[in-house]
Amino acid sequence: MTGLEKELTEADRQLLSAMQQGFAPVLRPFQEIAERLGVTEEKVIADLRRLKEKGIIRRLGAIIDSRKIGYTGTLCAMQVPAERIPEVAGVINAFPEITHNYVREHEYNIWFTILAPSTARIDKILKRIQEQTGITNMLNLSATRIFKIRVNFDLEGER
Amino acid sequence: MTELEQRLIMELGDNFPIDSRPFAVIGQRLGMTEEEVIARVKEFIDRGVIRRLSVALRQQHVGFTANAMVMWQVPAERLAEIGRTLASFPEVTHCYERETLPDWPYNLYTMVHRPRREECLAIAERLSRAVGVGEYKVLFSKQELKRSNPQYFSEERE
Repeated sequence: MTGLEKELTEADRQLLSAMQQGFAPVLRPFQEIAERLGVTEEKVIADLRRLKEKGIIRRLGAIIDSRKIGYTGTLCAMQVPAERIPEVAGVINAFPEITHNYVREHEYNIWFTILAPSTARIDKILKRIQEQTGITNMLNLSATRIFKIRVNFDLEGER
Repeated sequence: MTELEQRLIMELGDNFPIDSRPFAVIGQRLGMTEEEVIARVKEFIDRGVIRRLSVALRQQHVGFTANAMVMWQVPAERLAEIGRTLASFPEVTHCYERETLPDWPYNLYTMVHRPRREECLAIAERLSRAVGVGEYKVLFSKQELKRSNPQYFSEERE
């Protein structure tokens, strides 16, 4: 826990749950959310601004299907000596096409995703990372089929 | 995709106004009417370019601190069926088939986010029983090194 979670009120949780369900492309979408929750539009707007400001909402708006606009993604794993993780992460993270990067508990300990306009660009980024770090022990696990992408955290269940 | 469509996608994805009439604000930025913006958004939703209008939460900040990637080694002939079954669990946020490599047999990947590690492990076990596959590995994240929004249509560097 980061502490921020404890600051969420019951009303915040209901609002975030409703927003995770999605809003419609209508003239006043936050008015519709407000009606669903039985509060005013002004409150919804003020609360959403506060939650975004605090970083609890990472982004708000259209969730784009990157593949439909010509982007391609992959998941890569690397074996990095523990003491070199900060330096190697610096090299990887410098590419704006890297969207996620995590240390995981496995002999392949660095796992990152790349989203780019072409596989050629992905190959180029991987080549650069190998050149700059000298680490070639790497997996490139291209996605061949997507069964699901639907992030929805149950904020109102048992806690 | 036209330049206007690209700009519209960026405004809708990265700069969505938290205002009473958000589509009017976007229209002002791009020289379109509110009605035109809404019509384009509906069209993008129909085409699947926009999955939804929604929020993405910072998982650690809402208490979902255990982040498990569960990798599965499933028989190729059962992959589609198993992929669909795993995807049907609400606890599974992502489910992808990925290429295998000579020393890397895992072909299906699911993400599970929960408040506690034990919950992720229990869910993985439940998934395993549901599809009758025992060959799987749970990789927890120990540290987040980067999490950023995709940057579309920026100039390709060099």
